[in-house]
Amino acid sequence: MTMQAQEIPKTPTPAWVWSAGVAAFVALWWLVYGQLIPFSEWLVGLLPVDRASHTGEALAFFFYDVPKVMMLLALIVFAMGVVRSFFSPEKTRAMLSGKREGVGNVLSASLGILTPFCSCSAVPLFIGFVSAGVPLGVTFSFLIAAPMVNEVALVLLVGLVGWQVAVTYLVFGLSIAIVAGFIIGKLNLEGWLQPWVRDIHAGASAPTDLESARLTWVERYKLGIEAVREIFGKVWMWIILGIGLGALIHGYVPQDLMVRIMGAEAWWSVPAAVAMGIPMYTNAAGVIPIVEALLGKGAALGTVLAFMMAVIALSLPEMLILRQVLTLRLIAVFIGVVGGGILSVGFLFNFLF
Amino acid sequence: MEIKVLGPGCAKCKATVDVLTRAAADTGAAVTITKIEDMREIVGYGVMSTPGVVIDGKVVHVGSVPTQEQAGAWMK
Repeated sequence: MTMQAQEIPKTPTPAWVWSAGVAAFVALWWLVYGQLIPFSEWLVGLLPVDRASHTGEALAFFFYDVPKVMMLLALIVFAMGVVRSFFSPEKTRAMLSGKREGVGNVLSASLGILTPFCSCSAVPLFIGFVSAGVPLGVTFSFLIAAPMVNEVALVLLVGLVGWQVAVTYLVFGLSIAIVAGFIIGKLNLEGWLQPWVRDIHAGASAPTDLESARLTWVERYKLGIEAVREIFGKVWMWIILGIGLGALIHGYVPQDLMVRIMGAEAWWSVPAAVAMGIPMYTNAAGVIPIVEALLGKGAALGTVLAFMMAVIALSLPEMLILRQVLTLRLIAVFIGVVGGGILSVGFLFNFLF
Repeated sequence: MEIKVLGPGCAKCKATVDVLTRAAADTGAAVTITKIEDMREIVGYGVMSTPGVVIDGKVVHVGSVPTQEQAGAWMK
């Protein structure tokens, strides 16, 4: 085995340098963020369009929102990446195993937000949980909350629609995960798992927690940066497309059309929004700029939230992945219970606001 | 040395195979790398987040693409 030049370790940068770097970055971020409106107006002013025209309106919207969303996303995804380095599916499982329903559902939905999760490992995670004695309903609370209440969705809501809507989304997203998991647990559907999953139930061994146990701060920062890189690689195009589409709706679609189609008076708009949302599969990044534009044009909040939750939480590709472990009947119950929760949230909001 | 990469064919799993292949070439270690996509086998190792890396029957890494340094260290 030959030792190569590049493998000679350099002296690692000490942790305080990293921390200072992160602090400096946040300060710089803050300064730049404050300048985004003047920047976008300046940019539109350079172009040969009338600022007051539809085109000018759409362009100003686009040039302000794209950098704003990108910056918010970078900051929050980095922070979440660092926070998540304290959690792992293994630790979460240890916390949840043997928990009773009720408390377990609440804990599970909350951990769903904090535990690193990728829908491509939904199946091994599901089996890992169930085989370690996490009740089925509690496992579902996790699986519903993890994709639905994610930082990308929340950041985009804060940035584009406002923090009130973001908090509303967080609270009701969590509630749906908790209640839906609780109901599924009460239905005693363990027998509706795929047979091979039931067999694993008893035996599988839990491996010891590997590297997440002892990470240094520098490694946690690096994980945060890695998360930013990964999320940006996945969503940058969606954000630009979504905000572009949002800008078009913002500038061109007449207000009364949206009010008629998606306003609170049209009761059928909520189920229609959910039905439309299920086959759509974009990550949160693509759907939220559209959400913002719809709200701006007078669509009802409940309808728009229901649409967004359906797109993110009830995606067809994820159902196909889960099909490997759940029977069709169980998937139907899952869609029914979660869809019911989303409908109630939609109606409730249209009724209240 | 027998290396298995556990993962249902997502982008990160392919990246993991690439990292390991490169590490093997760099160190000149004699390894066979197999990709395991069957869910039953994956969960049989008790792995909950993919990609996972199994070396000679032991899970050494889960949940992310290993770095080139990590992979190099496993080959020694």
